[in-house]
Amino acid sequence: MKVALFVPCYVDQFYPKAAIATLELLEKLGVEVHYPKNQTCCGQPMANSGYEHLTAGCNSLFVDNFSGYDYIVCPSGSCTLHIKEHLHSPEKEEQAVDIRKRVYELTEFLIDVLQVKELKSHFPYKVGLHQSCHGLRGLRISQMSELVAPAFSKPAQLLDMVQGLELVPLSRQDDCCGFGGTFCVVEEAVSSKMGKDRVEDHIEHGAQYITSADLSCLMHMEGILRRQKSDVKVIHVAEILNHSHE
Amino acid sequence: MSNATGKSHPQLAAVFNQDEPRVDWHDETLWWIRQKRDVQAHKLPEWELLRETASQIKNNVLSNLSTYLEQFEANAINNGVIVHWAADAKEHNQIVHQLLQERGINRMVKSKSMLTEECHLNEYLKEQGIDVIDSDLGERIVQLANEPPSHIVLPCIHKKKEEIGDIFHEHLGSAKGESDPKILTETARQHLREVFLTRRAALTGVNFAIAETGEFVICTNEGNADMGAHLAEIHIASMGIEKIIPERKHLGVFLRLLTRSATGQPITTYSSHYKKPQEGTAIHIIIVDNGRSIQLGREDFRNSLKCIRCGACMNTCPVYRKSGGHSYHTAVAGPIGSILAPNLDMKKYADLPFASTLCGSCSNVCPVKIDIHDQLYKWRQVIVKEGYSPASKTIAMKAMAFTLSSPGLYRSGGKMGRLVFKYAPFAVNNGLNPWYKHREMPKAPEESFGEWYSKRKEGKQ
Repeated sequence: MKVALFVPCYVDQFYPKAAIATLELLEKLGVEVHYPKNQTCCGQPMANSGYEHLTAGCNSLFVDNFSGYDYIVCPSGSCTLHIKEHLHSPEKEEQAVDIRKRVYELTEFLIDVLQVKELKSHFPYKVGLHQSCHGLRGLRISQMSELVAPAFSKPAQLLDMVQGLELVPLSRQDDCCGFGGTFCVVEEAVSSKMGKDRVEDHIEHGAQYITSADLSCLMHMEGILRRQKSDVKVIHVAEILNHSHE
Repeated sequence: MSNATGKSHPQLAAVFNQDEPRVDWHDETLWWIRQKRDVQAHKLPEWELLRETASQIKNNVLSNLSTYLEQFEANAINNGVIVHWAADAKEHNQIVHQLLQERGINRMVKSKSMLTEECHLNEYLKEQGIDVIDSDLGERIVQLANEPPSHIVLPCIHKKKEEIGDIFHEHLGSAKGESDPKILTETARQHLREVFLTRRAALTGVNFAIAETGEFVICTNEGNADMGAHLAEIHIASMGIEKIIPERKHLGVFLRLLTRSATGQPITTYSSHYKKPQEGTAIHIIIVDNGRSIQLGREDFRNSLKCIRCGACMNTCPVYRKSGGHSYHTAVAGPIGSILAPNLDMKKYADLPFASTLCGSCSNVCPVKIDIHDQLYKWRQVIVKEGYSPASKTIAMKAMAFTLSSPGLYRSGGKMGRLVFKYAPFAVNNGLNPWYKHREMPKAPEESFGEWYSKRKEGKQ
């Protein structure tokens, strides 16, 4: 199985540890991982701002970098969803369509493709799980509270395999953190308030760490936690799953 | 009116957020209603099937709208109802005025109709010297406060009971400082009783118009629509063209969904059917387009016309909950308003499709399965293409797209202190950056993943 690692631009630049953990974890699970080195960005920052017509360059680059793999795995639900829904390439549409079917967010890849049943990870902390909206309602890696349907959560299923980890309950299991790409600056007041309230829910329930399958949400919440000089930290789910006895 | 200020959603929402405890109260009140909705929805194992059925019925209506409208008209006329067609808000308002003028009526009682809010009927009739009293409690409160509704189902949800007490003290003579909801409701009831008994004309909205029978259905909890309509000599019912359902048997699907979604009640207290006028009275129906047929012609946005005005998308929307309905400066606020309003005036409402994180909660509570958040995304593309986006944003986006389209520029930008994001609006660490007002910047690491990976590869070789 030949897997390409898709590391979103802001993860590459600001959160390399999450990408390293993703790579190491996949390798531990016996996957042959390739990192196409000319990858940059999925194009979502422009597209969600109304500039999808400016994403042709990013799309073409993405197709060039990620064609020919069995799977493409990404430690971000949001970027994965963007590729799944919006990757087009007028000259290479067939390859684009193929990529859209092969791209997976990390936790859904671990559960659905690798069918991971146990992990040798250890993380003795109280952890709050933030459901990123794009992972939740877009990729459906967990069941959303809006629907009358059986509950499940792929990230929680994986976290349950981690020794010593205690998942804390939340008052609002899947309310948005308010990041929303350029929303976070265009609608600064509402965005910050949403982030503050989301963080508060985790703190009230005793979380020492907030984790998620999406770093953009975590980046937002980290900004708020650090401004509050809080001891609570954010950590990508891959870093927990890759965390072993020290 | 809040939109008279010409301010945008972010500006109005920033003002709303200056009083944080009030934001918390507003957010929690609406979340409580969302939770009531969840409880009711989960009591019905067939909930998702109901949503799908409602969605398909409405899709059929939209695909055959002219046929159903003509069928409805013919049956209504047969029932003795007089039918009018209004192309826009102005025509609608003129028809209402003419009907009142013909009878020498200068006072009218109204029961909640968001369509008349959309048409600004109250203001128009006031200019013509006609006094309109809204008879729904919430609507009456905002009318006394000289404000528009902030929510389509809960028009005064932004007001605390103490504030309502002050308004009633000023206008209806209740005791100063009285804020007991029971006493305040009784005050309103006594005041409205006199209105119902003395008004010769009543205007109501329409929840569902049934093509098969020519009857229409109005859903209220207070019974005020019935009180107004039954006591008046002329009942005017205003409806948008999309209110049609084909057959009576379809009504059950919508009645089961409507209030469960709206307020978390199993059904409205009154679901009243109006078919033919009582002797000596008249029923007039005004069927209003006002931009709807244009929306019907927009392939990406046509199914916004499936909306049954339950307000569930507002209650669930974290942006609505934390910015308040008035921040949307349009009659229908929240996610659904943000996909309807740009159709009416793209320039004026260019900000609304951006007042969302695209979290998708709206589309999934929607009882008729409107893909609201996907339409918000699509409106953004239309608004930018039509040139209603700020020039500064366009420049930044072009620069960002240019950098991210080139692996070389991307990598060298990274080496220069993570400058690859210098055009990303959140990545400048100074006082002018809106991110920085309430949030710290992410710390730039020593090396990117790409740099780490290259070293690791070299090490392995």
